[in-house]
Amino acid sequence: MSVSQGVMVVLRRDLHLAFRNRGDLINPLIFFMLVATLFPLGVGPDPDTLLVMGGGVIWVSALLANLLAMDSLFRSDFEDGSLEQLMLGPQPLWMIAMAKVISHWLVTGLPLTLLSPVLAIMFGLPVTALPAIVATLLLGTPLLSLIGAIGAGLTVGLRKGGILLSLLTLPLYIPVLIIGTGGIDAAVSEMVWSGHLMWQGVLLVLGVTFAPLAISASLRVSISG
Amino acid sequence: MSQLPFLSVSGLTCERDERILFESLDFTLSVGEILQVSGPNGAGKTTLMRVIAGLSLDFRGQINWCNQPVEDDRPGFQSSLLYMGHQPGVKSTMTPEENLQWAMGLHRSLTREEIWGALEKVKLRGYEDVPCYQLSAGQNRRVALARLFLAKQKLWILDEPFTAIDKLGVAELEQTLVDHASSGGLVMMTTHHEMNVDYSGFRQLVLGEKQ
Repeated sequence: MSVSQGVMVVLRRDLHLAFRNRGDLINPLIFFMLVATLFPLGVGPDPDTLLVMGGGVIWVSALLANLLAMDSLFRSDFEDGSLEQLMLGPQPLWMIAMAKVISHWLVTGLPLTLLSPVLAIMFGLPVTALPAIVATLLLGTPLLSLIGAIGAGLTVGLRKGGILLSLLTLPLYIPVLIIGTGGIDAAVSEMVWSGHLMWQGVLLVLGVTFAPLAISASLRVSISG
Repeated sequence: MSQLPFLSVSGLTCERDERILFESLDFTLSVGEILQVSGPNGAGKTTLMRVIAGLSLDFRGQINWCNQPVEDDRPGFQSSLLYMGHQPGVKSTMTPEENLQWAMGLHRSLTREEIWGALEKVKLRGYEDVPCYQLSAGQNRRVALARLFLAKQKLWILDEPFTAIDKLGVAELEQTLVDHASSGGLVMMTTHHEMNVDYSGFRQLVLGEKQ
């Protein structure tokens, strides 16, 4: 049994479970749309204001929607004992963790990214900025999933981990948010935004390299405790 | 390298909240043996199982698998380990067949016939397409126990495997454990149930006795 086959088993299983619990699948997306829709209602429909804050609102909404789905990443597996089974499989834990993060991104980060142009048009952002929005989210949301999973691993053993998870991970989301919205702002003002994208790439490479180790360590702490 | 696998534990000490659960525990488990860990509630049976499986890392002492410390080759140890904890690890939204597919799929690829055969043995044939939340607690436990019939792992660590299983099922399960041990396996288990086995490799380890 090769290691990659085991990872595929976990990935397939998680996607399968996600599509079986459709509510959990759609809720973050509805949340994403709703939060972003509340801003124009709050600050007024002035096109110039919306143009300035559009990118930021889309990013913050995506970030919160991602966090909303994060708490359930390991929780149900922890409660029914599946997490122990995953940890004691012959595959290294960081690979299992990586498979779970990929499936989490496929069911939250990717749909959020695909929905973002709709919101961008709603905020009246120029069509030329759409590629920047999709590209920054495409590189940024996997990083959100990776960082969030570290917190989810740490808080999975706690009875009320949800709020603690937000407090732990939101500060770590800040660099991702700054670079992401910076790229969109640059694109809206018709400047070069490839620099922002490269920085996001750097962060993503760092995340992919180190986060799986941190996630597996955090899971070990939670299970051991 | 054709050495028979065995588990040896020496000087195992574990304390929780400044209360010593067990101290300087030494035992070995060789091929063909069934070790029943018994003791009153809170004696540390589950903790011992979790420590040996490698889930709980909060202990002192040495655990060797085939004369090698388990820390040195955890993937190797885990590929010969089948652990079943208090929670059966059965996903309620999945069917018994899907549950077995992924749970054993971590170890090896399975054919549909193998899974059906295992479900037949735990008397769940005909339920393979029913989501597990529609099954009873005992049936859910049986889904988890069906893994035993698919497992190629040598070392079985079973924590209270008889929970919610009916009398006839318990007798069959005891026979399964004996069959596994006599065909070259090792079994370590906890239960409060009186084991009704007439098998030469059956031993008991009692925790929590006052010195």
